[in-house]
Amino acid sequence: MTDLLQKLSECVEFGKVNKSSPFPPQMKGEDGADEIARQLLDGGTSPQKILTEGLMLGMERVGIKFRENKVFVPQVLMSAKAMNTAMVHLKPYFLSGEARQKGTFIIGTVEGDLHDIGKNLVSMMVEGNGWKVVDLGVDVKADRFITALNENPGAFVGLSALLTTTMPAMERITKSIKSAVPEARVAVGGAPVTHEFCEKIGADVYSRDPQGLVEYLNENI
Amino acid sequence: MRKISELAGSRILVSDGAWGTFLHQKGLQPGGCPELWNVTHRGIVLDVARSYVAVGADMIETNSFGGSRLKLEKYGLGERAAELNRTAAEISREAAGDGVLVLGSVGPTGKMLIMEEASPEEMYEVFREQAMALEAGGADAIVVETMTDLDEAVLAVRAARENTRLEVICTMTFDKLITAEYRTMMGISPSDMVQPLLDAGATILGTNCGNGIAGMIPVVEEIRKCNRDIPILVHANAGIPYYRDGRTVFPEGPEEMASHVKALIKAGANIIGGCCGTTPEHIARIKQAVGGGRWL
Repeated sequence: MTDLLQKLSECVEFGKVNKSSPFPPQMKGEDGADEIARQLLDGGTSPQKILTEGLMLGMERVGIKFRENKVFVPQVLMSAKAMNTAMVHLKPYFLSGEARQKGTFIIGTVEGDLHDIGKNLVSMMVEGNGWKVVDLGVDVKADRFITALNENPGAFVGLSALLTTTMPAMERITKSIKSAVPEARVAVGGAPVTHEFCEKIGADVYSRDPQGLVEYLNENI
Repeated sequence: MRKISELAGSRILVSDGAWGTFLHQKGLQPGGCPELWNVTHRGIVLDVARSYVAVGADMIETNSFGGSRLKLEKYGLGERAAELNRTAAEISREAAGDGVLVLGSVGPTGKMLIMEEASPEEMYEVFREQAMALEAGGADAIVVETMTDLDEAVLAVRAARENTRLEVICTMTFDKLITAEYRTMMGISPSDMVQPLLDAGATILGTNCGNGIAGMIPVVEEIRKCNRDIPILVHANAGIPYYRDGRTVFPEGPEEMASHVKALIKAGANIIGGCCGTTPEHIARIKQAVGGGRWL
């Protein structure tokens, strides 16, 4: 089974979704994350092990390559797609409690901003590293973040923005969250966001790439 | 009709500056649809267009960057795509008169082909619709801009080229990597884009947005290295914005931007204008820097 786990991690790393997927070309015709996850479960490998030793390993590798500019958005998206396909097989075990995720991460693009590419990328990377993700979508107002936090006590919150014009909304929402749920930890990210901005508005963490956020979350479980 | 690519061979041309950030200054709210303002705030959009004509721009864009049906659908305005684009071109045409050229702006759809969020056929169709509406409104050329995915850019260029009589310009947005190379977020280098976009029918290539005007110089050099003759257009933003006292500030003033114009021309640029954060004053100073002088 170790072999299959290794193969699963490679499917995620290189974005091989299923057998019929033409991407990546060098893995054409081979089983993908979909088939291998099924085979592992059928062979008795625990869902927890599939998550941590297969999927998470692959996502971590692609996250690091992305940070090092060795791969770009399309490769990460394909990795995430492979990971999500495998996760479908694991979902029942998370729901029954047989397998556990590390914690919950709530994410949304802030009010006034309709861009979702960056938000989706982060969402998939965090999920692929073993977290439950609650994705609130785009144009999300403070009260929806707060409601989600109340429904998921102890969750981390991630705010995304692409437009410079929505940075003020990011500040407002961060302050609203902090005043409603003082212990909440808020991560901010997106093209116009910087470390200084993060500090200035009282958010807890900024990362310029998804992997940095994943590392922060893993250090603060 | 005058061909911009021919004019650009005879002297350095000046394009306009920002639209989106300009409209936000004039009251467009975050989350509001800029293209809807062509109908609801026509006078303000016309003022923006006129402000660039007034400082001597050779060409101005249209307020239609997010005007593809796929993007407008996010505001529930997909059905109005043709109307909003046609009006965008009419407004800029009115401001431009006969002496200034109008570039019909076409931005990305926001959908990812690789994730099958839209099919190539669907993308081609929405770009065709947008380009034809811009032509109907009086645009002289189409500028496909801020592209990061080469496949999407090629579809947009082809759709405009095959369905209008207009020249097609295409500019992509590059980031600087830790290796100091330039790539779009989808991994496309300036060299990668040149031949596919020319094959698709673009007659002017270039780069827009980015991280300030100085960072455009190596990108232009790389494009020029791939092709000696193609006119190159640069729409640079006014640096990486930062946040101060509840608002975002673009760091590069008119003087600073203008100070790089000479180097940009030397690198091979033929048409220079602004992107996010630039104002009519920026364009006025760029115009001055370009002057009558030619460094090529």
